[in-house]
Amino acid sequence: MIEVRNVYKTFYVPHRVEALVDVSLDVAAGEVVVVIGPSGSGKSTLLRCLNHLETANKGHILIDGIDILDPKTNINKIRAEVGMVFQSFNLFPHKTVLDNITLAQMVVRKRKKEEATSKAMALLKKVGIDDKANVFPDQLSGGQQQRVAIARALAMDPKVMLFDEPTSALDPEMIGEVLDVMKALAKEGMTMVVVTHEMGFAREVADRVIFMDAGRIVEVGPPEHFFTNPTHDRTKLFLSQIL
Amino acid sequence: MQASGIDRNRSKLNRYSWMGVYLLCLLGIMLALYLATIQIDYVWRWNILPKYFYNQTQITITAKSEGTVASISTEKDAAVIILKTTDGETEKYKVPGTDVWVAEGDTIYPGDTLGAYKEWRAGLLTQGLYLTLKVSLYSIIFGIIIGMIGGVARISTNPAAKWAAMTYVELIRGSPLLVQIFIWYFVLATLINELLKKYSIPEISAVWYGIAALACFTGAYVTEIVRAGIQSIHRGQIEAARSLGMTGFQALRHIILPQAMRRILPPLAGQFISLIKDSSLLGIIAVRELTKATREGITASLQPYEFWFTCALLYLVLTFTLSMFVQYLERRMATQ
Ligand SMILES: Nc1ncnc2c1ncn2[C@@H]1O[C@H](COP(=O)(O)OP(=O)(O)O)[C@@H](O)[C@H]1O
Ligand SMILES: [Mg+2]
Repeated sequence: MIEVRNVYKTFYVPHRVEALVDVSLDVAAGEVVVVIGPSGSGKSTLLRCLNHLETANKGHILIDGIDILDPKTNINKIRAEVGMVFQSFNLFPHKTVLDNITLAQMVVRKRKKEEATSKAMALLKKVGIDDKANVFPDQLSGGQQQRVAIARALAMDPKVMLFDEPTSALDPEMIGEVLDVMKALAKEGMTMVVVTHEMGFAREVADRVIFMDAGRIVEVGPPEHFFTNPTHDRTKLFLSQIL
Repeated sequence: MQASGIDRNRSKLNRYSWMGVYLLCLLGIMLALYLATIQIDYVWRWNILPKYFYNQTQITITAKSEGTVASISTEKDAAVIILKTTDGETEKYKVPGTDVWVAEGDTIYPGDTLGAYKEWRAGLLTQGLYLTLKVSLYSIIFGIIIGMIGGVARISTNPAAKWAAMTYVELIRGSPLLVQIFIWYFVLATLINELLKKYSIPEISAVWYGIAALACFTGAYVTEIVRAGIQSIHRGQIEAARSLGMTGFQALRHIILPQAMRRILPPLAGQFISLIKDSSLLGIIAVRELTKATREGITASLQPYEFWFTCALLYLVLTFTLSMFVQYLERRMATQ
């Protein structure tokens, strides 16, 4: 489903940072991959390269067999297939919860209003906030906003979902409700790449955990590997800090 | 305004006495001005002003040919005079009202007055005010259109669009409006009108060159306001929109511009208030807007003080109305 081959990404502004160095990664359909690593290690950059919010400098990224770095590729079409959930929710504040979820369905997927609405209501029910369809995002708690953001991404019927620290901006009591939605999604067979430090989540649903440091993938393995016998010193140090 | 906790509490008496001080100052200034004008023997004649807003003029109806009055009848609110001309034809004249100056059987020569009626006409100041409003309104509309396009071009990644917008903004902001009006009127207008004449198309009047000058001037400032408004929207908004598969244009239209609008509105209002005031410069290219009309009124009446104060007050009414309207829009957007 996702193939990442020898990808490099360097930022030059404000100063030179090698955010990704020779990163390769395969994610099969239905697989759940959790990415961990210290702040600044390139986790967000990797995720953002996957839907072309950042352009990788070198290497190849294939989504469902299509090379997204090829200038001839229609990137808007690929992005509609790749859902993304941000740390800061990024809901549209001038639209109601319902309109947040129907807008892209109508303008990108060209669905009729009724179809988009019924799809949105079904998804809101699934994430447990169908009673808030007609309120504006700023009237919701952080956990509710993030669930709306997930519903908004799912409304496009994506083949892959990317999560960039979806619970980091939440008060502790709201983390559970968001993780529950993500776990349900994983159980349904959604292909997911999740940047998170919630090791409980990783242990429960991840097929693989990837540890990144300084732009490189340092260690890959099933969740148990990281809990029982991580090999690299950097990994051990990092895990000792978060667990 | 509610007094906040950081200020000391004022008693009611204290508040009212300071309001009194304010009013006394105001009255004092007006009185001082009045006394000063008395000393130089200026005679205030406010009563001459109304006719410069609205006045009644007598309009006479005159005969076109020689003949005799055959009949006079009334029809609704008008008198109808039938004239038998010496050539044996009949002519029909309608005089609104009842003020008929001839009788049946009278002999009439061309140019003779058959009757008269009075009509209310907009005075000099009303006409000027209307033109100022018209010029401002058109300039605002065109200024918004130019500014929207310019603002989007300014942040576009297309070098041609970006540089064109930057050049436009710098050129306009770098020279005085007065000079720009002269360029529009003495350079572009002559050029364009000569060309139009060559192809026998009717010429464009000075008002439209004035509107063009104001619209282009305002458009440059609106461009910067729109650019700043768009850039003030958090990056996450456009990223969320694009990550859903929207094109740059769709994201701009559905996500960025509606949000930017709320932030654009207050500085835009300030810009348009300046525009209304700047329209007073168009008098120099023979557009008879409010300020020019005021000067003509002074030439006719020799009462400059009353006219200039009235002129300023009329501008204040226009700008105040506009700022109230924008405040209303802002409140409506906030509760939306
Ligand atoms: N848009 C950007 N411009 C410049 N540098 C960036 C940008 N995005 C990320 N970086 C840099 O790239 C490195 C990796 O960042 P990021 O992928 O956000 O790390 P993580 O998500 O693991 O905390 C950091 O050093 C960060 O400062
Ligand atoms: Mg990050």
